[in-house]
Amino acid sequence: MIELENIAKIYRMGKVEVPALRGVNLNIKQGEMLSIIGASGSGKSTLMNIIGFLDKPTLGRYIFEEADVSRLSDNRLAEMRNKKMGFVFQEYNLLSRASALANVELPLIYGGSRQKHRRAMEALERVGLGARANHKPTELSGGEQQRVAIARALVNNPDIILADEPTGNLDSTSTDQIISIFRDLNQEGITVVLVTHEMDIAEQTQRIIRLYDGKVVSDGKAA
Amino acid sequence: MKFIEFFKIAIRSLLANKLRSALTMLGMIIGVGAVIVLMSVGAGLQNMITSTFEELGTNLLFVQPSNPEAPGIAAIAPGYATASITMDDAEALRDIRSVIAVNPTNENFVKVIFGNESTNAVIEGTTPEFRQLYDFTMASGQFISEVNIARRDMVVVLGSKTAEDLFGSDDPVGQHVKMRDKRFTVIGVMEPRGMSSFGFSWDEMVVTPITTYQARLFSQTTPSGEDAVQSIVVQVASAEVMDEVTEQIENILRKRHHIDEDEDDDFAVTGLEQLLGTFETITLALTVFLGLIGGISLLVGSIGIMNIMLVSVTERTREIGLRKAIGAKRRDILTQFLLEAATLSLVGGAIGLTGAWLIAQGISLIDLGGFTINAVVSPFIVIVAVLVSVFIGLASGIYPAMRAARLNPIDALRYG
Repeated sequence: MIELENIAKIYRMGKVEVPALRGVNLNIKQGEMLSIIGASGSGKSTLMNIIGFLDKPTLGRYIFEEADVSRLSDNRLAEMRNKKMGFVFQEYNLLSRASALANVELPLIYGGSRQKHRRAMEALERVGLGARANHKPTELSGGEQQRVAIARALVNNPDIILADEPTGNLDSTSTDQIISIFRDLNQEGITVVLVTHEMDIAEQTQRIIRLYDGKVVSDGKAA
Repeated sequence: MKFIEFFKIAIRSLLANKLRSALTMLGMIIGVGAVIVLMSVGAGLQNMITSTFEELGTNLLFVQPSNPEAPGIAAIAPGYATASITMDDAEALRDIRSVIAVNPTNENFVKVIFGNESTNAVIEGTTPEFRQLYDFTMASGQFISEVNIARRDMVVVLGSKTAEDLFGSDDPVGQHVKMRDKRFTVIGVMEPRGMSSFGFSWDEMVVTPITTYQARLFSQTTPSGEDAVQSIVVQVASAEVMDEVTEQIENILRKRHHIDEDEDDDFAVTGLEQLLGTFETITLALTVFLGLIGGISLLVGSIGIMNIMLVSVTERTREIGLRKAIGAKRRDILTQFLLEAATLSLVGGAIGLTGAWLIAQGISLIDLGGFTINAVVSPFIVIVAVLVSVFIGLASGIYPAMRAARLNPIDALRYG
């Protein structure tokens, strides 16, 4: 479903060019669960942002479900982010003023969907937070907030969920909970991409892609 | 559907910063309020002047002495103009076709005494036409007559207030009053008329035949030794023939005063129409000026909105990034922030409008020495105010909203 060919990303800091990715080749199939690991500065977040249409590569070709991403308009990309992708961030990025339910409804508003309430409620129940739907983020623990974020990511039944250090701010109990939710979702057929720098988390996925200095240095099941 | 959701989001974010939203709105409230109050006062002033002239009738011409050498409007000022008009001039004007009435009048201030009581009043030395022209009805007795004029009778007609000051509730008719040490018989009292819109009381008045005024009270003569007339009011059959009659009056008086072709008139003929036009220009300029002052506060208010929207965009950079990540399009973000700005400005405008309406009502109640300015908040002003508030909201919101819409999602998410 995802084909990356020779993807490079170069940031310009004034006159200095800083390469973040230098020629990444990667194929991701529907239904996979994989992790991208590497030290900070290895380019793993940049790669995830490119996969999620949040950033554009400087060079290379990106085919998503048979479409050349570079030829798609911003509006089309926004629609695809909305319908086909779910994002989970390290910082949760919930709207603090809105209830958990309203946060989960947000992608449905931009997608113009009907039955927002029911679908958001279902998503919350899938992450085990049906009872806390009317709580505001500030009234929830870190793990619960991240589960709300996951509910928001899956409310539109995406093909793929992209998670950038989803457990970076969480204790081990919450971490286990979050990872097991991702495994369940993967079981249901959703492709899951986890970006992390923790090996023990990466080891719970079928495939590990290791980045070093903007290049893929290994790809496959770790020993 | 989406629009309603965006509207809810806008309201929620405005409510999240209640004090800030309220203070921003205050700028709009004061701006819109100031424009409306000032404009309605201007409109009220204009109405007042127009109605004053209509009260007098627009088919009147005024003939006054004028000094050809004095510059501009000073020419007809009493201090500059030489007495040049006589009773015979007035009589001559009666022969013009389409002239209904000719009313020569001399005017002054006088002390009126009855027994131990005394009061000050305007004294009008005039003719019987005065009563029809200004529409007085008699409370008792009668008005001055042609016979009184011919015989220079020592008679007076009192205004209601003057009569009350001197005689209380007694009927003054047949009694005698003293003015400038002379005795006059009261032959009538007029019904109350109240204030004229210019703040002059129609009821503190004494009317006497113009011939009596000239001979016994205030004598003023023309250079050739005839009794002088201060002004002549000429009532014309219809407003259409005003120009024609004006020309005829000028011709007659020039001939009578022996003024050559190349000489300037020693009199002036003015129509109310003309005067009204001058006043309307003045009040229009005043209204525009007042509106401009209000407009400045409106501008300040709109800068306040833009400022707060810019702050809001910066503050919510992460939120914008997230919204874009989960599928918000540029247009969606633009709409959201524009709606927020428009709501601020429209609600502010509505409150300002209500406040202004209340203030206008208050202003209309203030007694400015006998007359009031009826400050009208017309539907036109209301529509303009609403449109202007929406426009200001959109105009001051568009730049911050575009900044928000243009944010790169990934930069926005990394922010802060």
